[in-house]
Amino acid sequence: MKPILEVKNVVKQYGSYTALNSVSLSISQGSIYGLLGPNGAGKTSLIRIINQITMPDGGEVLLDGEKLAPHHVTQIGYMPEERGLYKTMKVGEQALYLAQLKGLTKKEAKDQLDYWFEKLEIKGWWNKKIQELSKGMAQKIQFVVTVLHRPRLLILDEPFSGFDPVNANLIKDEILELRDKGTTVIFSTHRMESVEDMCDHIALIHQSNKLIEGALHDVKKQYRTNTFEVGIAPQNFEHLLADISTRYSTKQASFKTLDDELKLEVSLPEGVKSRELMQYLLQKGDVTYFVEKIPSVNDIFIQTVSKQK
Amino acid sequence: MRNKSFIVMTFLSPLLVVAMAALIGYLVTVNNEEVVKIAVHDQGALLKDGLKNDKKIRYTDLSALPINKARDEASKSYEGLIYVPDVAEAEQLQTKVQYISNDSPNMDFVANLEKVITDKVTRANLKELNFDYNKIEKAKGNASVKLSKFSGEETHKEGTLIKIVLGGISGYLIMMFVIIYGNMVMRSVIEEKTNRIIEIIISSVKPFKLMMGKIIGTSIAGLLQFIIWTILGLTLFFVLGALFNVPMGGAAGQVQAQAVQTPPQDIQIYLMELAKLPIFTIIISFIVYFIGGYFLYSSLYAAIGAAVDSETDSQQFLLPIILPLMLGVYVGFFTVISDPHGTVATIFSMIPLTSPIVMMMRIPFGVPLWELLLSVTILYATFFGVVWFAAKIYRIGILMYGKKPTYKEIFKWLKY
Repeated sequence: MKPILEVKNVVKQYGSYTALNSVSLSISQGSIYGLLGPNGAGKTSLIRIINQITMPDGGEVLLDGEKLAPHHVTQIGYMPEERGLYKTMKVGEQALYLAQLKGLTKKEAKDQLDYWFEKLEIKGWWNKKIQELSKGMAQKIQFVVTVLHRPRLLILDEPFSGFDPVNANLIKDEILELRDKGTTVIFSTHRMESVEDMCDHIALIHQSNKLIEGALHDVKKQYRTNTFEVGIAPQNFEHLLADISTRYSTKQASFKTLDDELKLEVSLPEGVKSRELMQYLLQKGDVTYFVEKIPSVNDIFIQTVSKQK
Repeated sequence: MRNKSFIVMTFLSPLLVVAMAALIGYLVTVNNEEVVKIAVHDQGALLKDGLKNDKKIRYTDLSALPINKARDEASKSYEGLIYVPDVAEAEQLQTKVQYISNDSPNMDFVANLEKVITDKVTRANLKELNFDYNKIEKAKGNASVKLSKFSGEETHKEGTLIKIVLGGISGYLIMMFVIIYGNMVMRSVIEEKTNRIIEIIISSVKPFKLMMGKIIGTSIAGLLQFIIWTILGLTLFFVLGALFNVPMGGAAGQVQAQAVQTPPQDIQIYLMELAKLPIFTIIISFIVYFIGGYFLYSSLYAAIGAAVDSETDSQQFLLPIILPLMLGVYVGFFTVISDPHGTVATIFSMIPLTSPIVMMMRIPFGVPLWELLLSVTILYATFFGVVWFAAKIYRIGILMYGKKPTYKEIFKWLKY
């Protein structure tokens, strides 16, 4: 699919410190893109450049193939990691103001606001001040003001930090719905497991460099280790344990099952098919569990970083 | 949300100022009405004639008592005791009279007492020299120099006072506006920073625009307030003028003839002098200097607001801003009044950090146009330089959380 956002060799320096070292990304329209990496990797620096809050020292960013320009702010919705609203301003007034900053007319803003307030069932809050709301309620408003101007590109920095589980799920559903309507979403987070199930594309950033980028599926395939988690109730416990370790490299595994069987993690050498392991196991006892171990993004990250060193 | 309080304060503050002046006036009169009781021990009846009761002081003669008794009595039920020893030569009074009191006396009182003694001694001396005191009194002259401009326009000494007051008020007002509205800008920057909404805002608006928006917005609010006050003041002036029959504007020159015939009352003189001042120039320059000075200072305030995380942290950075403002006011009050066109006053009315205040104080005394233009040009040129510098600090500062920066770090931001 056509990329909505292209980041080309972007460099950002703060004094002598390099925050982004020639980073390139390509984000396709309608995807949910995870920008992943530990704290201080350079994610927020990159996002601020995309939002035109700071200027890159080198490289360029293209939105729809066009070099970023001030008028693009109306197409981007941004929820920063450090979030907040005017505490003493009324919810409705504030949302209208922020939407008008993003180029909506007052009427459009009002209509959108009605739509979202209805959808999130917060209609009665119009005249409340933020400081009168609970944290969870304020989070909903925060999300609404981010999407109010119907951005084509939604950038959420640490999207679920500070959200309670109920609100987090609610927001997740809204994000998926927006995606289905064509919005492209960028998640930036250091908590990689929190967005794994939502992202279809990821990029790993570490120490100002991009390490990996691609469709989550492809990345995982690339990093599969031919390892299987196995649960077996053997005829002879000791014998199996001794025998299997001569054939494959194994270690103790932990997963949940109902029986008290032997749980192992078995790594097969390259080229060896799972069928072979399965057949071997079936000779030894009742197989209760057999599943390929798919590396988590976290595993992939750790693996790549340690490989680099 | 702040609109209501703004409107209320705009109309209320002049009232408050007037009310405060009235209160002070009232308190002064109340203070004056209090009668001070003072005992006099004057066995030779040397100063008796001179010490006359008035509204403020009542003298009681305790000469009949021995001095020790009189002292005790005075310490108990009188404010103080004037002890006049019974001396043979009047001249000795000059150094021998004592005033005994636990409270330090009012300066006027001491001056009056000294005058009474001096008078007594002078009379005695004159008598000794065979001069007639009354004749000498009659022979004394009483000069009053007439002030006028080369244009022939007559001025009054009261005019100088009016100029000092008007200049002082304008200069002081500029300082107050800068501090009040500058603080407002700073607080609003800090608020956006601590609320963490700043990043959302600047993803829609350029930081420079946001900063200038704040500065210009508050300056318009300040100007509006000033204009309302000016209109109120002018209205009051015209109303008073009508009441006391002062010709306004063009007619002001013709008043001289009449003024000679019937000596004008004090308030009329003041109003006439006020009418003669270049009010229009003063108002226009006030606006020009207010905008220039306010923009200059409030961009610094904005930069400080961006650099710190809370108002408490801002103190350290505010000092260098408050100092030149104070300096301006003090230089204004001390040098402009004694010599409005002296070197010090002229220099400080050119330095951009003090010029809005000092120049406003000089303007009522008449400042050459070229000086005005030069001073305004320097002010606005500096303003553009400072805004550039403040915008850099602002741009970086608003995204820096957590720790109070040092001057060194702020200097580094300029290079980002």
